[in-house]
Amino acid sequence: MSTPDPSHTSPTSIADDETRLDVAGRSTPLCDSRERVSGKLEFVEDLRFPGMLCGKFLRSPHAHARIVSVDVTAAREILGVHAIITGKDTTRRYGVLPIGQDETAIAVDKVRYVGQEVAAVAAVDEEAAERAIEAIDVEYEVLPSYVDAQSALDADGPPIHEDRPRNIEKEYHHVFGDPEAGFEEAKVVVEDTFFHPRVTHAAIEPHGTIARYDGAGRYTLWSATQAPRHVQRGVAKALDVAESSIRVIPTAVGGGFGGKSEAFPQDVASALLARITGRPIRFVLSREEVFFLHRGRPESHVRMRLGMAADGRVTAVGCETIQDGGAFCSYGVVTILYSGALIAAIYDLKNIRFDGYRVITNKPACGPMRGHGTIGSRHAFEVLFDRAAVALDLDPLQARTRNLLHPGARTVNDLRITSYGYPECLTRVAEASDWRSKRGKLPRGRGIGLGSSHYVSGASNSILRGKFPHTTVVLQCERDGSVKLFTGAVDLGQGSDTAQAIVVGQALGLDAGQVQVIAGDTGLTPVDLGTYASRVTFMAGNAALEAARRMAAKILARVARDVGIFEDELELRAENVVSRRDGRVLLSFTEAVRLCVQDEGALVTKGSYWPPSDARGGKFRGGGVGPGVSYSYAVQAVEVEVDEETGEVSIERIWAAHDCGRALNPLAVRGQIEGSVWMGLAQAISEEQQFTDDGRCLNARLLEYKMPTTVDSPAIESIIVESRDPEGPFGAKEVGEGSLGAIIPALTNAIYDAVGVWICDLPITPERVLAALAERDDASAPRRRPRQPTVPRHEGSSTPQTLDDLTR
Amino acid sequence: MIEREILKLNVNGDEADVAALPHETLLDALRDGVGLTGTKRGCDDGSCGACTVLVDGKPVLACLTLALLADGSSVTTVEAAGTDATTAAVQQALVEEGGLQCGYCTPGIILAAHALFEENATPDSREVAVGLSNNLCRCTGYSRILAALERISSENASEARAGR
Repeated sequence: MSTPDPSHTSPTSIADDETRLDVAGRSTPLCDSRERVSGKLEFVEDLRFPGMLCGKFLRSPHAHARIVSVDVTAAREILGVHAIITGKDTTRRYGVLPIGQDETAIAVDKVRYVGQEVAAVAAVDEEAAERAIEAIDVEYEVLPSYVDAQSALDADGPPIHEDRPRNIEKEYHHVFGDPEAGFEEAKVVVEDTFFHPRVTHAAIEPHGTIARYDGAGRYTLWSATQAPRHVQRGVAKALDVAESSIRVIPTAVGGGFGGKSEAFPQDVASALLARITGRPIRFVLSREEVFFLHRGRPESHVRMRLGMAADGRVTAVGCETIQDGGAFCSYGVVTILYSGALIAAIYDLKNIRFDGYRVITNKPACGPMRGHGTIGSRHAFEVLFDRAAVALDLDPLQARTRNLLHPGARTVNDLRITSYGYPECLTRVAEASDWRSKRGKLPRGRGIGLGSSHYVSGASNSILRGKFPHTTVVLQCERDGSVKLFTGAVDLGQGSDTAQAIVVGQALGLDAGQVQVIAGDTGLTPVDLGTYASRVTFMAGNAALEAARRMAAKILARVARDVGIFEDELELRAENVVSRRDGRVLLSFTEAVRLCVQDEGALVTKGSYWPPSDARGGKFRGGGVGPGVSYSYAVQAVEVEVDEETGEVSIERIWAAHDCGRALNPLAVRGQIEGSVWMGLAQAISEEQQFTDDGRCLNARLLEYKMPTTVDSPAIESIIVESRDPEGPFGAKEVGEGSLGAIIPALTNAIYDAVGVWICDLPITPERVLAALAERDDASAPRRRPRQPTVPRHEGSSTPQTLDDLTR
Repeated sequence: MIEREILKLNVNGDEADVAALPHETLLDALRDGVGLTGTKRGCDDGSCGACTVLVDGKPVLACLTLALLADGSSVTTVEAAGTDATTAAVQQALVEEGGLQCGYCTPGIILAAHALFEENATPDSREVAVGLSNNLCRCTGYSRILAALERISSENASEARAGR
């Protein structure tokens, strides 16, 4: 069989559809929202199986220690305990990235963070499991621990992973264009450091898995996951069984945001314990354990330098990013690469230097979180842009228009721009916020600020190498006219099932509600890579569109034969087959389907999506991460009032424009924009994980983590911009992540407009505002700020010049 | 061994005898004892509000309430939502306004909203926000939840005007 040429993936013909859309573009409540408001939707913790046992982990109290011995003899004797496993039983490594196979479900030989799994128990109930956990006797030899990037980089004790002697997971040094010349050309050069603490997804549903073993080599896992195929792959590898022997059925996911995107210890341990005991095993994590699992945004230090010409053009950018990624790789290599590559995808930048370091520390592993990798560098860029504009006496909004890309552009690091609604985002926000009459003109203490952000609409390159499509869907019509879409993509509540139903409905002339979506079950649906990187609407949407168009063609051909009209004179519309010429109804959709079913039985088509070959990025090391099939764009303005006595910042209003290509479902699009802006704002003003010097998380609870409530959440005016992506389904592209980043620099810039200080460290607390104001009023009292770590040079390093070596 | 005690609850109008340990929470008694899993567990420490139920009409956090203390009480959970005009309106408004995404916090939101409207049929936007401030939602940024509830408030206000 020949592999289809990916470049042949047919782009949607928008012009053809433009005038005819009646299902796409209409606000449609989530297809299962009745279940969601009646308590009927089943999350993993709601499932019950006869004989089900409770699974529980014993976790490490130490951040870094050798495991000398684990004695489970006493624990095994406890009434109700069925099985206990330790690191000896889980020695096979797995990890979501092929280059990051560094995890085991239970620690073997050594623990690397407080909270790591040391043993797992299966018992009749939670009480028995807890008694067993307490009775397990572990002897540790405590090692020096490194709980931040600087201490890990300076470590002289044993490294956290033996094969990473410098405690660096990966480092990248990218130079595009000629940054030195760019800085020389600049009229002003501004530079600062930016600090972003570790923040987490905090989905309200804790993670959980139930596993059942059939006694004959097959496992079924019900798991709260965004990526059932990654769970399947990870568990299969850890258990040393074929992937096909693991069926993963994703349950309703109570929020993901990236935090449920890979195989976790409870997935592996539940499967193993199910095999040992022959009983279904359930693990549901406590809230504290979710913080141990983490996989959220790393603590990041960004040092950036930006040069600007007198007319507002950015002449060069230099960026050094150091991320404290925690104890395991997870998606970390992708995170550090995104933080560099995506600096380039909003503006036309000719000269970029990026030095990125992913550091390993003795804390829970970080991973992908909404806006993955882009947040730190975006904050730095957008704030330094304003600073340069201020120094040149330019309006920051006007200055941004001097740096535009265009559809068809290729960035200096080989990112392909297919649609570009960014200028319209700027215009719409300027109008809605009344920018021109406010910026620099509000009374002292009040200010307005602007920021931009963006995100990939599906990564062009899969984590897994190979020529397979990134997604395939199967569409089936039955005798009664019902339509079922089998898709591997999991809905997290963001509305991807509904979006795919809209696409199919639009193509078949049906209401979205008539399309039943069966999603995620690896036993029923073809491979989809997972719900992350904002890929589902674009990729699964395109696959669904292809399947639906093939279905329509099949149905129309059969009807044409039956009624004796050429099939291109027919179309599917409003649940009927109608004549294109005079609109006459020839048959109902159901009658037409029945005709086809008479001939061939089940009526089935499929659709697939391959990213085009010219969207795969550059050939340099690390060039595969960053290229998206297309990009969304977001611009936000925020108006604030700063109390100079207390340092309190009150947010009056936020205007948020997002270019999503086309809003297939405006209701869901607004929900994604507002949810993203709010999550970004939460990171900007209050959220932060804090650790003791010995690696204990101080605030592993939702209250202490300080997630904003209704009373802390300002009004957000969402503005939908539709640039009609030439390759998106009906022109759609991503909306789930691109709006998260802009609010952070917008807030920093608004505070400057209000009181004249730049606050580059998050969260922006009243303490930080007061310290900045004190420094403003008395330059001899500089505020204390987090220090950018220094990376020690090492023997035989091929590391090129650092940011410091660039001429100013 | 600690003995289980039998408590008498009225859950959503049905009498239920539930065996519960002295330290068991109302959340566990409802989910595992009564078998109604619509009430959600998000934190087990009172932070998130996902487990909000009504006990004798008042909103409580089921994860912080000992089951034994609810003995003899009437408990309303999300499974009863839609059987009265207020929760039916709340469900409808949440669905239409996009006031839910993943749906995990939604059961708690619906019961908190029920309590809010029982106390004040026409809360202003500030009162709506305060009334829902015990319920965390990670998906929506709250804006569409608040919009849905404000819509009900104004519907209630126009009904009251029309009734007069």
